[in-house]
Amino acid sequence: MVDQAALENDEPLLVAASLSKSFGRIAACRDVSFALYPGEVLAIVGESGSGKSTLLQMLSGQLTPSAGHVSYRMRDGITRDLTTLGEAERRFLFRTDWGFVHQDPAQGLRMAVSAGANVGERLMAVGWNHYGRIRDTASDWLTRVEIDVARIDDAPRTYSGGMRQRLQIARNLVTEPRLVFMDEPTGGLDVSVQARLLDLLRSLVAELNLAVIIVTHDLAVARLLSHRVMVMKGGRVIETGLTDQVLDDPREPYTQLLVSSILPP
Amino acid sequence: MNAPAYNFAYLDEQTKRMIRRAILKAIAIPGYQVPFASREMPMPYGWGTGGVQVTAAILGPQDVLKVIDQGSDDTTNAISIRKFFAKTAGVATTTATDEATVIQTRHRIPETALHANQVLVYQVPIPEPLRFLEPRETETRRMHALAEYGLMHVKLYEDIARFGHIATAYAYPVKVNARYVMDPSPTPKFDNPKMDNCPALQLFGAGREKRIYAIPPYTQVVSLDFEDHPFEPYRFNAPCALCGADNSYLDEIVTDDKGGRMFVCSDTDYCEGRQAAGHHGSLSAAPYKEKAQEKSNG
Repeated sequence: MVDQAALENDEPLLVAASLSKSFGRIAACRDVSFALYPGEVLAIVGESGSGKSTLLQMLSGQLTPSAGHVSYRMRDGITRDLTTLGEAERRFLFRTDWGFVHQDPAQGLRMAVSAGANVGERLMAVGWNHYGRIRDTASDWLTRVEIDVARIDDAPRTYSGGMRQRLQIARNLVTEPRLVFMDEPTGGLDVSVQARLLDLLRSLVAELNLAVIIVTHDLAVARLLSHRVMVMKGGRVIETGLTDQVLDDPREPYTQLLVSSILPP
Repeated sequence: MNAPAYNFAYLDEQTKRMIRRAILKAIAIPGYQVPFASREMPMPYGWGTGGVQVTAAILGPQDVLKVIDQGSDDTTNAISIRKFFAKTAGVATTTATDEATVIQTRHRIPETALHANQVLVYQVPIPEPLRFLEPRETETRRMHALAEYGLMHVKLYEDIARFGHIATAYAYPVKVNARYVMDPSPTPKFDNPKMDNCPALQLFGAGREKRIYAIPPYTQVVSLDFEDHPFEPYRFNAPCALCGADNSYLDEIVTDDKGGRMFVCSDTDYCEGRQAAGHHGSLSAAPYKEKAQEKSNG
């Protein structure tokens, strides 16, 4: 007996092959390669300007790489190069099989429409046409991200920062994506709210077998969430490995500096 | 100097050609907004500059023009546009829906069913149905191109979440020919079913926004809705106070400051036609025929 699911998990979901991006003379990202497997959480850490966000944008197809390519294994099992996808296909992928959690929830949410509609938008975009079912699914998801269902008709404008971020996560996960990109999801939140959000993310990731690429400068976030860590500096990946290995026994001087710059608890 | 002050129907021939090209393209792609080089017209934006340009471009000397504003033939806007074309094109004008070959309208579709040799020209203030949901024009164009219309349902969802039903009463979004989502201009949603499979050609002109779009004759036009909240046309639940019609779209007219009000047909031609045929409502001053006699006697 061949376990089909195990076989599926053996193949990478997303492969980046020597990705580079330069803006004029500035090389924002140089020769980055890695493979991401289903259910795996990869953290990209590094200081501001190290090319993390540029890399994330290339991986999610929002920015065309100057060199190299990104391929993704679609739901039908065929691995395709992102640049060969048409715009319609890419956008469809973006709102069904992928999620993107922005640092600033205002970028990822429609601030003027209700929370229910925010969560339901992706469902309506893939053709759901039954108000009752959309609303039930939306309330179900609000419960899962610990938002009071009584506030389903309130606009995210009226939400606190932590709630907005949780709502953004619900909005992304409603179509059950297999891969979620996160850009500093805990930035700008206070420590206790951060802790709750991380706790929630961790349980959702495990529950849904999500693959996640998370960009962060906060090593605590990387330690709590990720299986693997990539350290970037000046557009290059300088160190990569299992999270505890990299954070507890950093090899590169820069990583050592990064790790030692955190105050001991 | 014997040169006429204006070219036929005000616009010069080159401009008309440009507008006709846009109209042809619009007809070829039902519901698609075609950009065109909108001209300054001798009237302010918002008064129907788009509609007037479309009318000017399609008008011929044999045409009979009718202009309505909110269904009425005798409001300022309707009268001034009718006079404008009577003067600059010398075409015959009428108030009777049946006799007209070109009907320019603001915010209504006549109650009398249109027939195959008619063109209905709408004045459109905001042609983009996604405008208030997605402010970026580049993005809305892309959404149209890729037929990504989930957002339109977000608006309807919001209505139901807030009011318990789809509360959008005018400019109710429609899908034309199973492809483009279109704003039917601010007509009441009562009129939406009339657009579906209509024998007349429907043209939409937005002057300020510089867009023309069209629904060719006998084209499928579907109002967007949810399975469990289907589209429903709305009208006040009353008969017309002047002609007694119970199937026409009604205007509410406040008659005093004590809550008094009356409901009358918004389509004046339809209402007058019914009164002439002997129908009357609760507030008719006198039977129509007597009134007509008094006039002829005096």
